[in-house]
Amino acid sequence: MTGTTPTATTQTSPEAAAGTAPDAAPPGAPGGTARKAPGTPWRTALRTTGIVAVAAWCLAPFYWMLVSSLRRPSDIFDISLWPAPVSFTNYANVLDPSLGFVRSLANSFIVAGTTTVLALMVAVTTAYALARLDFRFKRLVLTGIIATSMFPVVSITIPLLKLFVGIGWINTYQAMVVPSMSFALPLAVWNLTSFFRQMPTQLEESARVDGCTRGQAFRKVILPLAAPGLFTTAILTFVMAWNEFLIAVSMVNKESMQTAPVLVSKFTGASQFVAPHGSQMAAGIIVTVPLVILVLFFQRRIVAGLTAGAVK
Amino acid sequence: MAAFLVSPTLLVLGLVIAYPVLSAVHSSLYSVPDIDPETGFVEKGDPFVGLDNFTAIFSGAGDRFWNAFWNTSFLTGTSVILETVIGLAMALIMHQGLRGRAWVRASILVPWAIPTAISALLWRWIFDSEGIANSMLNAKILWTTEGFQAQVAVIIAEVWKTAPFVGILVLAGLQIISNEVYEAARVDGAGPIRRLWSITLPLVKPALLVAVLFRLLDALRMFDLPYILIGAGKHSVETLSMLAQDEASNVRFGPASAYSVILFLYVFLIAFAFIKLLGADLLGARDEAGGGKGARKRRSRVAGDDRNPQKEAIA
Repeated sequence: MTGTTPTATTQTSPEAAAGTAPDAAPPGAPGGTARKAPGTPWRTALRTTGIVAVAAWCLAPFYWMLVSSLRRPSDIFDISLWPAPVSFTNYANVLDPSLGFVRSLANSFIVAGTTTVLALMVAVTTAYALARLDFRFKRLVLTGIIATSMFPVVSITIPLLKLFVGIGWINTYQAMVVPSMSFALPLAVWNLTSFFRQMPTQLEESARVDGCTRGQAFRKVILPLAAPGLFTTAILTFVMAWNEFLIAVSMVNKESMQTAPVLVSKFTGASQFVAPHGSQMAAGIIVTVPLVILVLFFQRRIVAGLTAGAVK
Repeated sequence: MAAFLVSPTLLVLGLVIAYPVLSAVHSSLYSVPDIDPETGFVEKGDPFVGLDNFTAIFSGAGDRFWNAFWNTSFLTGTSVILETVIGLAMALIMHQGLRGRAWVRASILVPWAIPTAISALLWRWIFDSEGIANSMLNAKILWTTEGFQAQVAVIIAEVWKTAPFVGILVLAGLQIISNEVYEAARVDGAGPIRRLWSITLPLVKPALLVAVLFRLLDALRMFDLPYILIGAGKHSVETLSMLAQDEASNVRFGPASAYSVILFLYVFLIAFAFIKLLGADLLGARDEAGGGKGARKRRSRVAGDDRNPQKEAIA
């Protein structure tokens, strides 16, 4: 498939296309300009091919979802690359109130939003303490928090399901929010801890010299400056909570409480004679669009957040 | 002070992690209620059966469990290998591509951002009997029915979604390799392949290992993708998570808990083995993952504090 070989070549062997080493030197860096005359067109072409292949890998299926969603239901099995008459019938069908899709979007927003806010609120003080203070069992606390992110969600869902059945929480928002904390909270704590660590300690020191207490220094100096980190963490947490499926499908069986991914996965189509693919693709686009917009605007931050700990 | 700041997190995690795990172990020792032979009603309370739910997997009733176990292992193994290879290739390509980084980065985040449930639907449509996959292959494969092709479909969809994630992590690792190392190697006469094997791969190994570990732990709990792409209770793709969830939704909490405990132990074992065998450069994560469940209090052998926040990219 695309991109299984590094397609870049070096100046010394411009023709050897496949399986060659990456060349870390950007043009203009020492060595990058030395013998570039014969190699440049080849290199550029191969680089472009490689990049296009990567982008195609990532975008082609998504594009197919978009194209399929814009076909008329009767054209759904067409394989043209662009729908001949562009039709919004599928979107109209999906947004029809009888399907409850709009309500499921609202449910998703409530669950993912609440999870994110709660996780951040709880995580921010913990992360600050882990990044800045020295205390007994700190290592153990770190260990415990990271170990929890390893848990298979199903292992905690089943006991909580049993518990929630007992206390009548089935088909409630809290039945989805509380288990979601199991992955949202460790994620938030880790992300924020690494962010706080990057902030210079002089910030608090000078704030305290100026007469702030530790708490004031945290509230008035650190928190405002940490806003980008909080924001990145919020995005990552929100995306994970928005994408959650297992908890949502287990804790809720009433349609009016289902989140969007669960509801969409159970679509059977507007009428039983029409394959639901078009509506599913339209719904998929609608569910994904908020995330794609986040990605477009905050890609730099998201990548920084995803990789923060992995390479230091 | 510190205790005051840290305790809310510990409290919440205790509630949503420690309690459920203990509760799972507890209820795995109980069976489903019997039907009272005289009245025909379900008897109240689950009978205590000790380790029967665990030993049952070695008897005839264990077939479904072992099938799910091998499915989980097979799907995890194949997709993580493919993801790693393709993700590494993607990272090497992106590292080359100097222009257009921004839009490449945006597009590579798209598969990551799409909810797994939605991507499963998308692939179900692509793999429809009259869908684009069959049109392109000019074949009539019933991808989403029982059989090996269903496993292939799941693996393709999984690799599509997660290889870019591996690529992002590895790219970050590539970007911190200094150019001077390459310059030196070039001066010493190392060719491009030699530079890939002797410089790039060893230097990017820490980032790669972290990415692979994340992917392993995540793939072992695979649920939504086969559940939606192929369907619940399908023999060829049923994973341990699906099996446990299915049992729980049928109110068979005892066996369900037993399966989820086994899955947890399996994940833990794999993580531990992975970190022990390969994790020389993973000290931060090693201590964290190795000390799981708080059972271990190893405080030594930890690199600096700054090595620790490695776990945040669970995707």
